[in-house]
Amino acid sequence: MSLWLLLAVNSVTLGGLLFLLSAGFSLIFGLMRIPNLTHGSLFMLGAYFGASFVIRYHLPFWLAAILAGLLVAAFGGLIERFLLRRLAGSEQAQVLVTLGISFMVADFCLMVWTGDPISVATPPGLVGAAHIGALIFPIYRLAIIAIAVVIAAALWLLLDRTRLGAMIRAGVDDPQMARVVGIRVSRLFTIVFCLGAGLAGFAGMMGAPILSVYPGLDADMLPLALVVVILGGAGSLPGSLVGSFIIGFLYNFGQALLPELAYFVLFLPMVLVLVLRPQGLFGRPVT
Amino acid sequence: MGIRVNRRKFLAGTAAVAGVASFPMPAIAQNKPVKIGLLTVKTGPLAAGGVQMEAGVVTLLKQRNYMMAGRKVEFISADTGGNPAGAKTKAQELVERDQVDVILGPLAAFELLAISDYVAESKTPMLSLAAAEDVTQRKPNPYFVRASATSSQAMKPLADYAAKEMKLKTVATISEDFAFGYEQMGGFQQVFEDNGGRVMKKLWPPLVTADYTPYLVQLTGVDAVVQGFAGSNPVKFMKQYSDQGLKLPVLGGETAGDDAQLKSFGDEAIGMISACPYTIDLDTPVNKRFIADFQKEADNLPGFYAAGLYVNGQVVEAALKATGGKTSDRPALIKALRAVQLTETPRGPVKFDHFGNVIGNIFIRRIEKGKDGKLTNRTLKTYTNVGQFWPYEEAKFLAQPVYSRDFPPLKS
Repeated sequence: MSLWLLLAVNSVTLGGLLFLLSAGFSLIFGLMRIPNLTHGSLFMLGAYFGASFVIRYHLPFWLAAILAGLLVAAFGGLIERFLLRRLAGSEQAQVLVTLGISFMVADFCLMVWTGDPISVATPPGLVGAAHIGALIFPIYRLAIIAIAVVIAAALWLLLDRTRLGAMIRAGVDDPQMARVVGIRVSRLFTIVFCLGAGLAGFAGMMGAPILSVYPGLDADMLPLALVVVILGGAGSLPGSLVGSFIIGFLYNFGQALLPELAYFVLFLPMVLVLVLRPQGLFGRPVT
Repeated sequence: MGIRVNRRKFLAGTAAVAGVASFPMPAIAQNKPVKIGLLTVKTGPLAAGGVQMEAGVVTLLKQRNYMMAGRKVEFISADTGGNPAGAKTKAQELVERDQVDVILGPLAAFELLAISDYVAESKTPMLSLAAAEDVTQRKPNPYFVRASATSSQAMKPLADYAAKEMKLKTVATISEDFAFGYEQMGGFQQVFEDNGGRVMKKLWPPLVTADYTPYLVQLTGVDAVVQGFAGSNPVKFMKQYSDQGLKLPVLGGETAGDDAQLKSFGDEAIGMISACPYTIDLDTPVNKRFIADFQKEADNLPGFYAAGLYVNGQVVEAALKATGGKTSDRPALIKALRAVQLTETPRGPVKFDHFGNVIGNIFIRRIEKGKDGKLTNRTLKTYTNVGQFWPYEEAKFLAQPVYSRDFPPLKS
């Protein structure tokens, strides 16, 4: 009984981390119609930057995370402006470029931070575990849920209540019409790519006390982002949120009950969704 | 008074040297270098170990001024990328294009299995760290030498220590879902249960696992946890283990408590017991010199990978001395390699059984905080003369199947 409860709570906390990871991916996929294969590397890059800020420059954890997010956002902007925009119209080329950049970022990280894994200390105040009855929940993981909720709310406000958000939603729904009514869709792309990259970098640092930072982190996390967004629907914020929690539950209960089929359990829903409802649970119907 | 060199004298001198150099050299003075090839991993997730491997070899070569048995050494390093296809490509380059006399490496068992037949056919002696048991057991490669250990070679003494000295009765094992994990845990289980212990559960998370929590919550109802994680997984695992509030003692394999990786752990690793064929606190002059020279070369402490390759280099050197520097007779060379017996290595005495696998010491050590505030390993016990079949008879061991997920089976 307590095992299932522990797994259930961990499903929610993992869902929170997955949301932070995939929100940016979902936005980019929804608006620009490309799966950003650099996303895992941006997550890893943010984690490395954040780890260096904390360990080498002794910055407080939260400041390091925000700075890491900003740095990766700037890097994302450069990628979009100088590489992806030149290939506008050719989505296949854009996807391949993001794949190539992910390898380059991975090698860059190996060069700068070497191959040894880096452990990031849990921020003070969130260290330790909460004891509820006989159950033990790490406090930092519970905090991740709170952060995910805050970010989700902030993104919702952005998309629902601001002009920029309206433009993004228009671009996701119908880019041709959006251009017709005067929305500078190419500039929107840059802004959204920056936002997505920044979220990825921030998420990387948020995940670092749990996952540590190591070469290969990018390849470990990208499939999870892909699965969440395909399940939830690209470009949909509620989709990312719901998808994250579903995957969180599948991951935890799948690994505990069917460990030999761990990845099968994770990807089977994605395959079913693609076959039965390609737009995902909350996505726009595919025209 | 200084020597005045005017232009005429300079030109005459140069001409004289050029003239002498153009004479055909007598065969006795001619000395082709010994070519040593290294298959290592410098990109991707396995890079940390691969970089250590190369630095370990270079440390030895620099100590010897790139000379072995009177011959110059030419060292060629190849990056396999940590995958079987890359290993095959680079092995072919080393054998056919570079025509190396000896191959050191590769790092991973799946790389070794991809190239083992090819290298044996080309009669190139290979000295690897890859721990796959059957390469020196049920499917032996006649051109293979392993100076480090098989997957279970260090785990079996650990199980002995756990049962007899730590007096543990029940454990849960957790390791990655691949051969290295199965072989480590299998060896532990067999010796532990032969000494009155019992393995209650065996967990196998996939090699790529972001969150170990679904497994951590199952680690209950036992005296201790035995893990064999490799690469960067030990750091992630120990952090999540302590975050989850688990307090059971942790016993680890050679990769779990590797000296080179201690700097990546936080305080949650203090108290972890591990078994390894090498330990940084072995207080011998050759080890101390190895550590000092390695730090100059790599700006890092050496661990199991670096020491393993350094010892491999020493074995090559000793074999070359035995053959009088000759490498053209390959069967003689592999015979000499397997006949090597050394006492002065960073891991202590080494010799080889008739499969080419090492017989040497295994160190049981505990992670502690040193006086300088950094984590270090302190040796608790040394098991001497441990071969790959220890503590069993060779024939009995070979008669049983290779360790796997289901062998030895869980006692119900």
